Amino acid sequence: MKTISFDGVIVGGGGAGMRAALQLAQSGYKTAVISKVFPTRSHTVSAQGGITCAIASADPQDDWRWHMYDTVKGSDYIGDQDAIEYMCSVGPEAIFELEHMGLPFSRTEEGRIYQRPFGGQSKNFGEGGQAARTCAAADRTGHALLHTLYQNNIKNETVFFNEWFAVDLVKNQDGAVVGVIAICIETGETVYVKSKATVFATGGAGRIYASTTNAHINTGDGMGMALRAGVPAQDMEMWQFHPTGIYGAGTLVTEGCRGEGGYLINKDGERFMERYAPNAKDLAGRDVVARSMVLEILEGRGCGPNGDHVKLKLDHLGEEVLESRLPGICELSRTFAHVDPVKEPIPVVPTCHYMMGGIPTNVHGQALTVDANGDDQIIPGLYACGEVACVSVHGANRLGGNSLLDLVVFGRASGLFIEKALREGIELRDASQTDIEAADARLTALNERQNGEQVAPLRAELQEIMQNHFGVFRTGEFMREGIAKLADLRGRVENVALADRSSAFNTSRIECLELQNLFETAEATAIVAEARDESRGAHAREDFTERDDENWLCHSLYHSQGKKVSKRGVNFTPQTVETFQPKARSY
Amino acid sequence: MLQVSLYRYNPETDDAPFMQDFSVDTSGRDLMVLDVLELIKAEHDGSVTYRRSCREGVCGSDGLNMNGKNGLACITPLSDAVKGGKLVIRPLPGLPVIRDLVVDMSLFYAQYEKVQPYLQNPTPAPAIERLQSPEERAHLDGLYECILCACCSTSCPSFWWNPDRFVGPAGLLQAYRFLADSRDTATEERLAKLDDPFSVFRCHGIQNCVNVCPKGLNPTKAIGHIRTMLLNRAT
Repeated sequence: MKTISFDGVIVGGGGAGMRAALQLAQSGYKTAVISKVFPTRSHTVSAQGGITCAIASADPQDDWRWHMYDTVKGSDYIGDQDAIEYMCSVGPEAIFELEHMGLPFSRTEEGRIYQRPFGGQSKNFGEGGQAARTCAAADRTGHALLHTLYQNNIKNETVFFNEWFAVDLVKNQDGAVVGVIAICIETGETVYVKSKATVFATGGAGRIYASTTNAHINTGDGMGMALRAGVPAQDMEMWQFHPTGIYGAGTLVTEGCRGEGGYLINKDGERFMERYAPNAKDLAGRDVVARSMVLEILEGRGCGPNGDHVKLKLDHLGEEVLESRLPGICELSRTFAHVDPVKEPIPVVPTCHYMMGGIPTNVHGQALTVDANGDDQIIPGLYACGEVACVSVHGANRLGGNSLLDLVVFGRASGLFIEKALREGIELRDASQTDIEAADARLTALNERQNGEQVAPLRAELQEIMQNHFGVFRTGEFMREGIAKLADLRGRVENVALADRSSAFNTSRIECLELQNLFETAEATAIVAEARDESRGAHAREDFTERDDENWLCHSLYHSQGKKVSKRGVNFTPQTVETFQPKARSY
Repeated sequence: MLQVSLYRYNPETDDAPFMQDFSVDTSGRDLMVLDVLELIKAEHDGSVTYRRSCREGVCGSDGLNMNGKNGLACITPLSDAVKGGKLVIRPLPGLPVIRDLVVDMSLFYAQYEKVQPYLQNPTPAPAIERLQSPEERAHLDGLYECILCACCSTSCPSFWWNPDRFVGPAGLLQAYRFLADSRDTATEERLAKLDDPFSVFRCHGIQNCVNVCPKGLNPTKAIGHIRTMLLNRAT
């Protein structure tokens, strides 16, 4: 097998990957991005409402510590406070860099970046009312950000392997990560991409659910590769269901709609969030709003002939505001809901949106595992940033607008750290032929297998299990049923068969490999969700309705070998501010 | 049953491209064209090859030619695309076909890169953002939203003839996006690079680009602005 060598290889061409790549490319180190799609097709492009950061435009008194407070509270206290402190304090610098690169932010009359209110935001540590802290480029912030990063990577001559698919990690005899096996989708050629630093920026895996806001490509490839390589996964039970996916289609309607003054109504036209969150109302945490919507539906106040959704009312904002602030939403609503939001409310339903869990890392993006004593150990050669990483700034529930900040800040931090490490010298033992063959085994087996089931029905079955057994509300008994179904499915997924054996642009082969990644992600989710017998953030148990700080004020860690669950401590020691102590979370 | 005729070509097994017919059960639903392709791939023939990602019209992966018109498969409903009970799906015209509906977009991307699609401003940046008034920012509306789907450039006869020398509507839209940005200072260098008989002036105002743009953008108008800037520069 051919070997190509780099100082740093980034797997994934979304926001996190391209921000990390930009940092490394600017440093002059030989950097490559492997992306299974042309980079601007990555899912960051779909982010709408904005990027939350205390740049003090809307409010000159704004303070990153207030943003930190909101994020810690939003995480239901299992976000790591050192990481949240880093993200919120470094954030403004990272945002201004993006603006200097050309990102076309919307503007205020003063010429500064426009900021809008988003859910879970407050001034003065929850005491000063609603804040407006989300920097926006109309409702196309992700598109503007992703294109700006791609453009600046062109400027800095980053090497892109576009439409290449990373199959599995190559580990040397010391257990260090020394690159990946990758397929050129266009030709089918397989190569070993060798690197001193391998950065996973592979994004999320919303496609484990039948109904998701996520792109087709969000198949948890980084999670699959990590779990197969024995890297643990953290907080995988924490999946965000976005309150406003378009009913039937699953496409996202930004929280920015509610930030601009929109609100949810039930079949009686009642603004029901006033009952569930008297202060923040429709701008409570996403987990809170999603659960309230499901309760409205379950209690018979849902809309439509089946009473299975609610509606998002925007028409009172007027055509001018909607067309200038939310033009993309108007377009999506007309296309997918056949509703003109200028005239009538949009049918919406909570929809799988974001993976708070992922590969545990420190603030430098270094991937972590734990030793026999439960102490953190750095995995040499492996880094992760963006949605696939769990650094963890989102804990049990992510605030809207914090995902774009996460990927920019930690993509940048990973790049900065790797640059420094390369300068100091990274010595890793070369992979042996056996090591490379081990990483290529899954692909070889798939290529050689003659009999097995087809990918599409297996994928649909997996998505149904996750949708039915691991949704917004969960119970132990029902989850155990789901886990049993997954156990039955595993062998069949491992034996998935190719519908097409060609070399050139074989998307059937890629879909089979993706399905196995989806499965690893789903199984980790299921097993940990059953284990965490409390309710916290996005993880709502009907059989354990209360938060249990005595036993579960901690991260969960899933180990693929033996399918075991352990606990890992949350960081409560920020460097420059006092610890935010856990308290009851209300909005 | 919907009758779908698909352009097929596998370089490893086919001497030439051919059209293959499928009868697809849509259960009477007004699906998007991408949903129909997904149905064909899942239930009829797993080797059918196309690109897709976001399925909501923002990533630009699935630009295709549907019943003769370029558009995004994921936001084109059957009620718009189907004529006489039939749907003919071909790859975007004018670019080399890699396989089935997947075209080689290298030439298209090369033209995009040629316009240096990134902000240029050598003056030291302030500690905060560069200021820009809402009016200045409004000049970027209708330009920055491009998703690089190539529906416009591959519907343009001038681009079909000179894909290596005519920048094409998508590239020129982005060229103007930076010319129009109050923060960019490279206007003269940008115009100098475009000032030849082919880069801009091969546009004959046919406006196919405007007709097909799935984001409702107007490359012809942007090209008109660049022409004016070039002509003013010459005098």
